[in-house]
Amino acid sequence: MTAHNNVPRTLPRFSSTFDPHTLAEIRRAAATGIYDIRGGGTKRKLPHFDDLLFLGASVSRYPLEGYREKCGTDVVLGTRFAKKPIHLRTPVTIAGMSFGALSANAKEALGRGATAMGTSTTTGDGGMTPEERKSSQTLVYQYLPSRYGMNPDDLRKADAIEIVIGQGAKPGGGGMLLGQKITERVAGMRTLPAGIDQRSACRHPDWTGPDDLEIKIEELRELTDWEKPIYVKVGASRPYYDISLAVKSGADVVVLDGMQGGTAATQDVFIEHVGLPILAAIRPAVQALQDLGMHRKVQLIVSGGIRNGADVAKALALGADAVAIGTAALVALGDNDPVHEAEYEALGTTAGAYDDWHEGKDPAGITTQDPVLSARLDPVKAGRRLANYLGVLTLEAQTIARACGKSHLHNLEPEDLVALTIEAAAMAGVPLAGTEWIPGKGGTY
Amino acid sequence: MNAQATAPLAADLTFDLADQPLRDLNAALHKAGVETNARRWHVLNPNGRHAVAVGINAPLEIEIAGHVGYYCAGMNQQARVTIQGNAGVGVAENMMGGFVHVKGDASQAAGATAHGGMLLIDGNAGARCGISMKGVDIIVKGSIGHMSAFMGQAGSLIVFGDAGDALGDSLYEAKLFVRGAVKSLGADCIEKDMRDEHKALLAEKLAAAGLAGTVDVSEFKRYGSARRLYNFHIDNVDAY
Repeated sequence: MTAHNNVPRTLPRFSSTFDPHTLAEIRRAAATGIYDIRGGGTKRKLPHFDDLLFLGASVSRYPLEGYREKCGTDVVLGTRFAKKPIHLRTPVTIAGMSFGALSANAKEALGRGATAMGTSTTTGDGGMTPEERKSSQTLVYQYLPSRYGMNPDDLRKADAIEIVIGQGAKPGGGGMLLGQKITERVAGMRTLPAGIDQRSACRHPDWTGPDDLEIKIEELRELTDWEKPIYVKVGASRPYYDISLAVKSGADVVVLDGMQGGTAATQDVFIEHVGLPILAAIRPAVQALQDLGMHRKVQLIVSGGIRNGADVAKALALGADAVAIGTAALVALGDNDPVHEAEYEALGTTAGAYDDWHEGKDPAGITTQDPVLSARLDPVKAGRRLANYLGVLTLEAQTIARACGKSHLHNLEPEDLVALTIEAAAMAGVPLAGTEWIPGKGGTY
Repeated sequence: MNAQATAPLAADLTFDLADQPLRDLNAALHKAGVETNARRWHVLNPNGRHAVAVGINAPLEIEIAGHVGYYCAGMNQQARVTIQGNAGVGVAENMMGGFVHVKGDASQAAGATAHGGMLLIDGNAGARCGISMKGVDIIVKGSIGHMSAFMGQAGSLIVFGDAGDALGDSLYEAKLFVRGAVKSLGADCIEKDMRDEHKALLAEKLAAAGLAGTVDVSEFKRYGSARRLYNFHIDNVDAY
């Protein structure tokens, strides 16, 4: 015992409550007086498909031979009322993303990739561009509260109509496209002055509530001679009731988007604190369909955090008919690619974390309207990357389905799954691995 | 199709919704110009049906003999539609062109999001008249309800009577003309000078509706966007 400096000292310790990110946000708010706006979906860790595992076939069930025995992947959407349902080769669709939020080249690439794999892509707030109609064999036309660019000619050109009530990143929120991205073309399509901060309404202007929605759906059907499947898209918040009411209102297809689903631009506080993770939303939605006797008659598309074929298979096993991808599709095109690291650093971020999509400075040329940046994205090559990725998702899902002994992806079922955590078991309604315990079973929504 | 010809319009075709499905009416209207030369249509017994005469893209004259429900003449592109009665929510919603005339009153959201054409309402219109309007001209000979022209982007809303609360809230570039009292203005909507060019514009719109000389344009006040909310600024936070 000689020197004081030999006494062990307490290391600097960050608070879990006031962690470095939180402290930085407090300082940023104090300096700017405005909330943080960003793109993408929630970044917090949530119970997700990774918390589920498949039970492969063994003695009690036998598997299908990979590469030899067929495992179907196709899906038909809109069989309830539409005269012309759409038939997709893979159950992985492309979620709604707008021209305005994305460059014209990015929209074209999405269309090319989806078309090559026999699936659909979707318009967004701001209307349909000729490029995306031309490049998309099957195009879903979104009907949004803003009605920017909405017109009956494009409605007739669409293969399906998606009435957007909300989205997972911001259930209850409207759209936002800041002035940097409101170029002359974007402004013209939206009937707005160039350069303004565009804030789309959060509610539809000419109806409120499910009784009106039923009448709105009837109008859209009458407008299009009952040909087009009509989807209703909701952000995951009260899925049992929202899906029930969408079905009651006459939807052919319901789209359920979890909080991992991306947005072009919204307040970070909204993205991180409103809505449900998709894992918690699928079973209540499926239960609603089953209670109404409409499961598989009204198709369910789920989205929000789908990344690989296992996620696709798990979503389908929980009862979905198809999935939609948005963020993952952008990554396949080239979003957040480390090849642009020097430019991401110049923007104060790093590849993989870039989310200031609203600023229109995307080095990858995807979430921008800057003609120089947009020209960096080759829609043919990017479309091919997306097609490759969609192909892998489908193959991976088939691999799992065959291992579970299924001759079609739609034959996957909750009984093929177990959960690794109590939370995931409760949310997905499947047993905790190694037990027969389904927490919350017997409860009501 | 029912071939009976009845007054008041000597119709080329008469369609009786008491006997024939709405779906057949709209489908026939969509095919008009391709499968028939009939240009004047008389629709009987609408009885408040929704979605009557929607999505018409031909220069037809359609007279509807009675009251209609929601979304009558929705997304109209070329037709001239006359409603001999009242109209429910969203009459002429998202209209692109043509002329829609409501002889009675209109409910909420009349002319909502409409991009073009003209909507003439002889009576009153309810709340949210011209909400999110994108280029349509709307003339209301009576009064309008609250939150009218909310987020109005383009076009003109002309009101012979009064306007309710929060007129022109969050307005973009739509032009509002009101002859009577305005109960209150919405966020970022202000009264503006009524210069000669605006009187001329108003007179032109009235003439297009066949109302030239029926009112004195100098009796109207003009309202428009102050454009303070076009780009977010923290000092305006109370207005959001």
